[in-house]
Amino acid sequence: MSPKHSNKSDVHPVIKLLYDKTFRSIMYQVLVFGGVFLLGWYLVSNTMANLERQNIATGFGFLEREAAFGISESLIHYTPESNYGRALLVGITNTLKVSATGVILATILGTFIGIMTVSKNWLLRFIGLGYIETFRNIPILLQLIFWYAVINRGLPGVRDALSPLPNVFLSNRGLYLPVMADHPAWSWVGIGFIVGIIGAFLLRKWSLKRLEATGQIFPHLSVGIAVIFAVPFLVWLLFGAPTAMNAPSLQGFNMRGGIRMTPEFTALLLGLTLYTTTYIAEVVRSGILSVSRGQTEAATSLGLRYSWVMRLIILPQALRVIIPPMTNQYLNLTKNSSLAVAIGYPDLVSISNTTMNQTGQAVEAVAIFMTVYLSISLSISYFMNWYNKRMALVER
Amino acid sequence: MTTISERLMPVQSSVTKRSWRWMRDNLFSTPLNTLISLVCIYIIWNVVGGLISWAIVNASFIPGKDACAEITGACWGYVHANWRFLMFGTFPPAEYWRPFVAIMMLTGGMLLTMNRTFWTKWLPVVWIIGFIAVYYILAGGVFGLTPVRTGLWGGLTLTLVLAVVGIAFAAPLALILALGRRSEMPLVKVICVVFIEVFRGVPLISVLFMASVMFPLFLPTGVSVDVLLRAQVGIIVFQAAYLAEVFRGGMQAIPSGQYEAADSLGLTYWQKMGKIILPQALRLVIPPTMSTFISLFKDTSLVVIIGLFDLLAATRAAVNNPEWRPHYIEGYVFIALIYFCFCFFMSRYSLYLDRSLKKATSH
Repeated sequence: MSPKHSNKSDVHPVIKLLYDKTFRSIMYQVLVFGGVFLLGWYLVSNTMANLERQNIATGFGFLEREAAFGISESLIHYTPESNYGRALLVGITNTLKVSATGVILATILGTFIGIMTVSKNWLLRFIGLGYIETFRNIPILLQLIFWYAVINRGLPGVRDALSPLPNVFLSNRGLYLPVMADHPAWSWVGIGFIVGIIGAFLLRKWSLKRLEATGQIFPHLSVGIAVIFAVPFLVWLLFGAPTAMNAPSLQGFNMRGGIRMTPEFTALLLGLTLYTTTYIAEVVRSGILSVSRGQTEAATSLGLRYSWVMRLIILPQALRVIIPPMTNQYLNLTKNSSLAVAIGYPDLVSISNTTMNQTGQAVEAVAIFMTVYLSISLSISYFMNWYNKRMALVER
Repeated sequence: MTTISERLMPVQSSVTKRSWRWMRDNLFSTPLNTLISLVCIYIIWNVVGGLISWAIVNASFIPGKDACAEITGACWGYVHANWRFLMFGTFPPAEYWRPFVAIMMLTGGMLLTMNRTFWTKWLPVVWIIGFIAVYYILAGGVFGLTPVRTGLWGGLTLTLVLAVVGIAFAAPLALILALGRRSEMPLVKVICVVFIEVFRGVPLISVLFMASVMFPLFLPTGVSVDVLLRAQVGIIVFQAAYLAEVFRGGMQAIPSGQYEAADSLGLTYWQKMGKIILPQALRLVIPPTMSTFISLFKDTSLVVIIGLFDLLAATRAAVNNPEWRPHYIEGYVFIALIYFCFCFFMSRYSLYLDRSLKKATSH
């Protein structure tokens, strides 16, 4: 041993401890955690002191008090006499309503445009890419404000409403759509639809089992789809096939009948759909491009039919790439729906905003809507992790 | 089919002949394809034609509102009448040169930073000096400049300040968060994970509400922080959470052999990260990083909801002015074009950078 080395063991134990890897790691962690804890404690104590000084109530007792403000549209029963808790619940349902509709429309349109951008036809590709580049490079808030202004100022009054399709009316009071007239049959048709889906699922299970046992092929997909539609159709026939429509029509100064989508809802839905569509189209496009050409060629050379190649080879591989970013986009759409506050659609954030202006309980109101969004996000990402684990390629 | 006909194509065939052949192979190869092409041409003709006739052919380019009485197209006199307001917002008109210099410095700085020859260790120093200079040019109070409170900053100036400062501070914060999330120290990791997941799980608007409504309650009595600064910090932490996940993705993609090799050379943690891992990881994630920056740029428009006077708010005020009220479409289309130009330019730059760095590193 050289003298230099022997010196090293003589160093002061404190210094030695400072160079110890585990000790340093623990020290860093204690420092960081202590810093964060002290900061949090400082902020909380300041907040408590400020709230006390300004005589702002704390706690969630305000949820029981009368809200005393009107909400322009609501899926559940609500009057200004209802309490704040119910008002916030209206906000949540309105957020979910616009998000769910937007997700469905954006998925359909996005898939369509995504496929357009991988087409062999140059013009089709041009339209798809042009759409994507235009709408994704303009802030969503600007689009929402623009569509709201167009509906509010650009469209004619209800008496000269535009009618792009029969029984569909577009005016500055919103969009009026026809619906089927009330009839007990319709709820049974809905139940029939669910029964059909369960039936198709059981059919698939049975046919796969039989395939493994006997090797006989049963066309479970086409028969399954037929079952899904046939069951509600039969239910509809059983109830005497009601066809009465509840169509909107002009009576006096207003539209009667049908369902009305308010200008706020229409603008929000339009903006969110057109914006999110661009992202979904990109997701679909990259999913399709991720499956290499060799896969198609190999499957075709095995003699598989085109529909089988798609269903058994291409789609399962493309979906593995598509679904995680797709759920991300759904989450983004839900989060972007909070911009409703800028155009006056009564979503969760905008009702929380009113609540906090009336009660002064900003901390609780912000905490409530952050918790709602956070729980939606975390439950979806939990589901995503589960899905990814299930779908992950099992490599040897 | 396409490739065969291209291969058989005589070299000396004329341009018209070649374009005919291209059209036959790409647009009119089958009856269905022909039908699709015709529908596409019809749509493009209507949309592009409609836009051109609205924005150019039938439009009025004469300053002043009276020129627009007779026309059916756009009234670009709006831009002439309002551009100063859109650029500088409510800044005192006598001092308009100051936000102008600030815009020039910020865009100029961005353009210079895009050039890779300036990527040295001095760049951050120059930027910090630049930010201090921009702040004093806008806020005044030194060298005889009249003080202008931040509440009067507005228009494109404010949008650019929020975006550029946001990008400059979100990136380093995101790097720290990403390193923390990859750290082997459990407590540091937990703090970073909670921070990232919370900010990624809520909408930006709630972070801005927190900054504008709740934050004053967090501070001791008598201490107040400017609302612009609060919104800026909100934007920075929100986007840093997203960016941290992008950076983490890059670090995860680096094979563990790289980490092990660095360890076996006896490099310290910071040497290993700074010289081996990060240069490779960050290069991998240029496209998603740039799209986070583009989101940040677009999301600065949300500050209008908490009452700051950015480009969108200025437009809203301009088109609600009774004089220009009928021309709201021109107003929104004009700023849509401004946002589009910035975002499109950024996305093209990201493609260029990605390609040129790949070329530089491939042997």
